[in-house]
Amino acid sequence: VSSLESRGGLNALDRFIGRGGRGGGGWLLLAAALILYPVLVPPFFAFQIGGQILILGMIGLSLMVLAGLGGMVSLAQLTVAGIAGYVVSIFGANSAGVMGLGWPWWLTAPLAILIAAAAAALIGLISVRTSGIYTIMITLAIATAFFYFATQNYTIFNGFSGYRGIAPPEVFGVNWREPLPFYYLCLVAAALACAAVLYVARSPFGLALQAIRDNQRRMRAIGFNVIAVKVMAYFLAGIIAGAAGVLYVWFNGRISPGTVSVSEAIGILVIAVIGGLRHPIGPFLGAAVYVLMKTFAIDLIGAERFNTLIGLVFLVIVFVSKDGMLELWERLKPRLAPTSLRPS
Amino acid sequence: MTQVAAAPAHGLTARHAWGLLGLLAAAVLLWLFLAVWPEELVDVMGAKKTFVNAVFNGVTVAGLYFLVASGFTLVFGLMRNVNLAHGSLYLLGAYVGYTFGAWTGYWLIGVAAGMLSMAAAGVLLQVVVFRQLEGDDLRQTLVTIGISIVAADLMLAVWGGNTYQFIVPEWLDGAVSTPVITAVKSNGDAVYMKYPFYRLVVFAAAVLIGAGLWLLLNRTRIGMMIRAGVDDRAMLQASGVNVQLVFAAVFAIGAGLAGFAGVAGGSVLSIAPGEDVRYLLASLVVVIVGGMGSVPGAAMGALLVGLAEQIGLVYFPTYGVVFTFVIMVVVLAIRPQGLMGAAR
Repeated sequence: VSSLESRGGLNALDRFIGRGGRGGGGWLLLAAALILYPVLVPPFFAFQIGGQILILGMIGLSLMVLAGLGGMVSLAQLTVAGIAGYVVSIFGANSAGVMGLGWPWWLTAPLAILIAAAAAALIGLISVRTSGIYTIMITLAIATAFFYFATQNYTIFNGFSGYRGIAPPEVFGVNWREPLPFYYLCLVAAALACAAVLYVARSPFGLALQAIRDNQRRMRAIGFNVIAVKVMAYFLAGIIAGAAGVLYVWFNGRISPGTVSVSEAIGILVIAVIGGLRHPIGPFLGAAVYVLMKTFAIDLIGAERFNTLIGLVFLVIVFVSKDGMLELWERLKPRLAPTSLRPS
Repeated sequence: MTQVAAAPAHGLTARHAWGLLGLLAAAVLLWLFLAVWPEELVDVMGAKKTFVNAVFNGVTVAGLYFLVASGFTLVFGLMRNVNLAHGSLYLLGAYVGYTFGAWTGYWLIGVAAGMLSMAAAGVLLQVVVFRQLEGDDLRQTLVTIGISIVAADLMLAVWGGNTYQFIVPEWLDGAVSTPVITAVKSNGDAVYMKYPFYRLVVFAAAVLIGAGLWLLLNRTRIGMMIRAGVDDRAMLQASGVNVQLVFAAVFAIGAGLAGFAGVAGGSVLSIAPGEDVRYLLASLVVVIVGGMGSVPGAAMGALLVGLAEQIGLVYFPTYGVVFTFVIMVVVLAIRPQGLMGAAR
């Protein structure tokens, strides 16, 4: 078990924050910083930047479950999130004048997550028939097909313009659309998702998944139902992506095929790869880089060329590192640490 | 399809049954093409002209898809390298071809420029990018994704968001009469269907190039090396062949075909941002359906996808994409390795 864990890099958790006695302290510090962050910055940073990083990080996290633990690089995770967003706007209220059944949030949100997870399992069923590099191709084909379908279909998806006027509910007298409450909502969801991933990764199911990643044939020979484990991974990742999708549609207030376009779907892969796929914290790091760049690229090279910038950053990171910023950090850390703390 | 159990008692094997089914389908199709449709059929399917036009369009589009996908599948078969920047090569070839064609005033120079520049770009990609990351499929694929992001953005910067339309030379322009009778006038004269000459030329070119590719692969020394490399790269290298040279040659052929298809396809339809994704999706589905690494498979896949797309577009306008997608899922369910793919 221990060799599996170290290969999966789950102990990177300790290495990332700092080993030994300071291990717990690092996490507390991070949690305190994340809780205090929105109070200290202007609302724009709390909502537009903080909220978006957490949401995109969650979608990236769902990819990390598949790619990091299961070795299945799926490009359809944003599609799953988009399906949840569409379910919220179709069954809840929207201002587009199409569908909008007006169900309350406590029905639409769980329904959206459930449908998204079911869709993810279906995508999994289709794509686990092949493996390795093929998974990227098939999930990319699925994501593209969904994009074109949503664009062309007006009866369900309201075509090119999609839905707008979707708002988070007012519960307990709190308007969750306000920057601070929304940020904390996202933070709690992201923290829950991270904890769930860490827990699952160490559960028998998670270990089986990682073992399948490392040697599928042997696991099949031992008697594991490899396909069932993989599809289950898709389902669980779909729950995270679906929850993020609900938050995303509340965040944007609208959803259209552009939200789930191919370039956006690739953006999720970029986020996960830049950050690193071995630890849940990776996708959030990647999302932070992505969102900050997207927001401030306008000052660097003009808003028009954001894609060139992020594409180049992505290329550089893929070229120099096998596991994104997490690995770069690991390489850098011993040089930064004071000599006395270096492991001899 | 050999897993279908034969029924020896009736003396009819599964192979016979499929053959009979194919013959029957061919006969029905021939009748649909040659006969003047009775009223009842017109009531169900609309005018014959619509149907025949859809089939012709489907075959033309299939020719284009084949040109793009054959390069993709060849590169994949030899190098296990999913080049997700293949769509970018298509679009860039089209843009370069357009620019040179408009500059010199000769369309053929545009064709040559699109093809040669992309062949050079392909060699450059192989030498600068893929050789550096040899043996790491996933990172190679990620790099091609990064390249496609940057390329799409830079193309947008250079050529803008406009739609370009090639001016096809006069000797290729205009419509020709096909020997397909669409209707009979009241005075007994037959009305022959007209079809754009240029599109027929594109299809003929695709067939010629397909045949040439087959000859190259099966009848020449370099073709022998390529096929040997597809089967066992290490052994080919061990027998003294400069594998890198073979790789570069294959990349040049594949990328050059994509560039050629860019100009040819840009002349049939038009070129605009987003076409790269469209053709990437088409190539993905075509090679998934046809089988990775198989040129005849690419031809079959292209025909299936092209026909499904165009016929779907006419008869089920909002579900055309789903058609393509269903074909992919069905093939994956029955033959995960694709119609002509070898099981690996």
